[in-house]
Amino acid sequence: MNALVFFFDNAILSGLIIGAIYALGAIGVTLIFGILRFAHFAHGDMMTMGAFLSLIFAVLLQSMGIHSPIALAFFGMFPAMAATALIAILFDKLFYKPLRDAGARPVVMVMASVGVTLMLQGVLRVFGGVSARSMYIGSPKAIFQFHLPDATRPIVLTEPQIILFVFTAVTVFALHYFLTRTRLGKAMRAVSDNPDLASITGIDIRHVVWATWIIGGALACAAGTLLSMDVALKPDLSFNILLPIFAATIVGGIGQPYGAIAGGFLVGLCESFAVFNWSILLRPLEPMFGVDFPSSLAIVPTEYKLMIPFVILIIVLIYRPTGIFKGKVL
Amino acid sequence: MAETTATPARPLVPVRDLAAFAVLALIVLAVFLSQGSVYSLRVMVEAACYAVLTLGLTIQWGYAGLFNVGVMGFLATGAATSMLVSYPTNPDFWNSPGPALVAMFVVKLAICGAAIWLANRAERIGFHRRLKGLLVTAVLIASFVVISWHMTHMADVIESQAGWVGGLGLPVILGWLVAGLVAGLVAWFVGRVCLGLRSDYLAIATLGIAQIIKTFLKNADWLTRGTLTVSPLPWPVPTPANGDFAFARGMYLIVVVIVMALVYLALQRAYYAPWGRMMRAIRDREDAAAAMGKDVTARRREIFVLGCVVMGIGGAMLIHFAQIYDPSGFIDLNHTFLIWVMMILGGAGNNRGAIFGAIFVYIAWTISEPIALWLFHTGAAYAHAWTGWNPPSDLDSRALQMRVFVVGLTITLVLRYAPRGILPEPEARH
Repeated sequence: MNALVFFFDNAILSGLIIGAIYALGAIGVTLIFGILRFAHFAHGDMMTMGAFLSLIFAVLLQSMGIHSPIALAFFGMFPAMAATALIAILFDKLFYKPLRDAGARPVVMVMASVGVTLMLQGVLRVFGGVSARSMYIGSPKAIFQFHLPDATRPIVLTEPQIILFVFTAVTVFALHYFLTRTRLGKAMRAVSDNPDLASITGIDIRHVVWATWIIGGALACAAGTLLSMDVALKPDLSFNILLPIFAATIVGGIGQPYGAIAGGFLVGLCESFAVFNWSILLRPLEPMFGVDFPSSLAIVPTEYKLMIPFVILIIVLIYRPTGIFKGKVL
Repeated sequence: MAETTATPARPLVPVRDLAAFAVLALIVLAVFLSQGSVYSLRVMVEAACYAVLTLGLTIQWGYAGLFNVGVMGFLATGAATSMLVSYPTNPDFWNSPGPALVAMFVVKLAICGAAIWLANRAERIGFHRRLKGLLVTAVLIASFVVISWHMTHMADVIESQAGWVGGLGLPVILGWLVAGLVAGLVAWFVGRVCLGLRSDYLAIATLGIAQIIKTFLKNADWLTRGTLTVSPLPWPVPTPANGDFAFARGMYLIVVVIVMALVYLALQRAYYAPWGRMMRAIRDREDAAAAMGKDVTARRREIFVLGCVVMGIGGAMLIHFAQIYDPSGFIDLNHTFLIWVMMILGGAGNNRGAIFGAIFVYIAWTISEPIALWLFHTGAAYAHAWTGWNPPSDLDSRALQMRVFVVGLTITLVLRYAPRGILPEPEARH
């Protein structure tokens, strides 16, 4: 029973947590990919920027003398989401729109986004430093333990993890409502399917582009903040988180927000299953099989975790380039 | 990039090129006069190595429009390969069961590769599509288990009995050539998967492969001593062991410049050859080129592999010059994005532009470090004097991060305001 609890904690739960982060990031990447038609390399650093902004707002709230049972960073996240969305639109105006108007090929846009990601990295590290810091200012992180009847080991959930699950669930429902019930959401899907046809029918592409950056930026900020609340605010996240997010986007099918969510959880769970030490789960079964399992039976060593999203990406590109949800092959 | 599908006429007197290189010569002269020849020769050797790397990138992006964000990975592959070929042998390894294990590993790798290749073609020998899927999955899983178990066992045995495999003790020049071949082999696999699809996928995949290669080199203690680093790497010319740095570095510079000139001449010839024209046709009018019967994907793979071969050689030269092989020293910023800046600033698709950009940007890069530190220290001193603000203790490491910002800013500004660079690709004359 202890082994099962350990498995639940270290494989399923941690997979779902990182999966939710990937999903939140991948929704933005897939929308940008579907509507603006380029891979947005600056998404990882946009997440870090969002986390920094949340921390700044949290410090502001604290200095105003506000206290709450829930972490202040969570309340700082909402103004930070708005700010990140604004900055995303600003970046689009400054760096992407001129290229789009000049008729640049998508791959030039990708390069511009690489430039943007380096600029963001530079600025964040100049002002934020290069060391990790905690998002919990003032109050400590609340930890909840759930004891099962015949296990000594509890199921452990921390406060940011609960916030993350609730936030992700709310986001998925809100996004579903937005994309299927509102005018702008439907317009976004139309532009994603066929931009020429959409603009002929009178859809204002400008508004659609803004909406894309608002959703992408706000969710990137949320993902960055919630990840930093769960672990720590690290300024060197960018490329390490970018690969799994891209993998999630492509697995789910480009331009498919539901696919991105599914892809995010898939990549997250694959990662945690691959580095999980399966011998812990198998050891209680040893008498049954009459064999000795080796003490470490992880599919890949932890340091090669980054291989998992890459391998998933390669397999999808070879065998099903449209992704699970039949996205575009542009 | 201009639409220069037709063969550009070679201008009689390349005024712009002459002017650019004259300015560059003045800058180099200023560096020599102010910094002394020993330091300046080091900068010039490294700049020339970067020029070779930039030439590799300029054919991928400039000739064919392929976006490779994993230059670091191919550079590191080349460096590690060349280190293994040219470093002196490790007798402990050859007296241990290590060589037999490595040989078995290669055999198993070949068998698994053949099995996967066959499984992917199962429908040709009468397997149903679903059955083929199952077969492929089974073969992939079986290969993974076989390879990873063997690798863990091999790594344990070699690390405990010999430390690491050591080199082969072969000539350095041979090492550089093998470095190019191995980097090309890695590129072939990446290209095989990604080049049939749209260009963004190649960017994502190369970014990933570069991180994975770095992780592998950092952790493969049995193969490359991991983070323990390997030194001193041999040189193709006498090393400055006796203390005469200027002479040794000068000799190394001559070797590197010869390699650079060879690569340049070959690429220049390729550009004006029918092959180069076809590549530009594919870049500018993919559909038309395909309609003319060109195999777009295969041609792209060809130029991607070729570019990575050049990068592998350039990376090997760069790391051999430093004499220390340190996998933690491979950094995206220095070994991917800096090369991108060199290429687009110099002029994508123009080989002279690549060389100009590499030397110019590398000199700027070396002086940017003291400048950034000076700016930040002066700024902090003034701020302290006027407002009493205390600078953070990690001011130096933060100041150097400013260079990341400048690299990013340069990329975006050049893309927007001077997309063709300082020495643009020649215009087509019909």
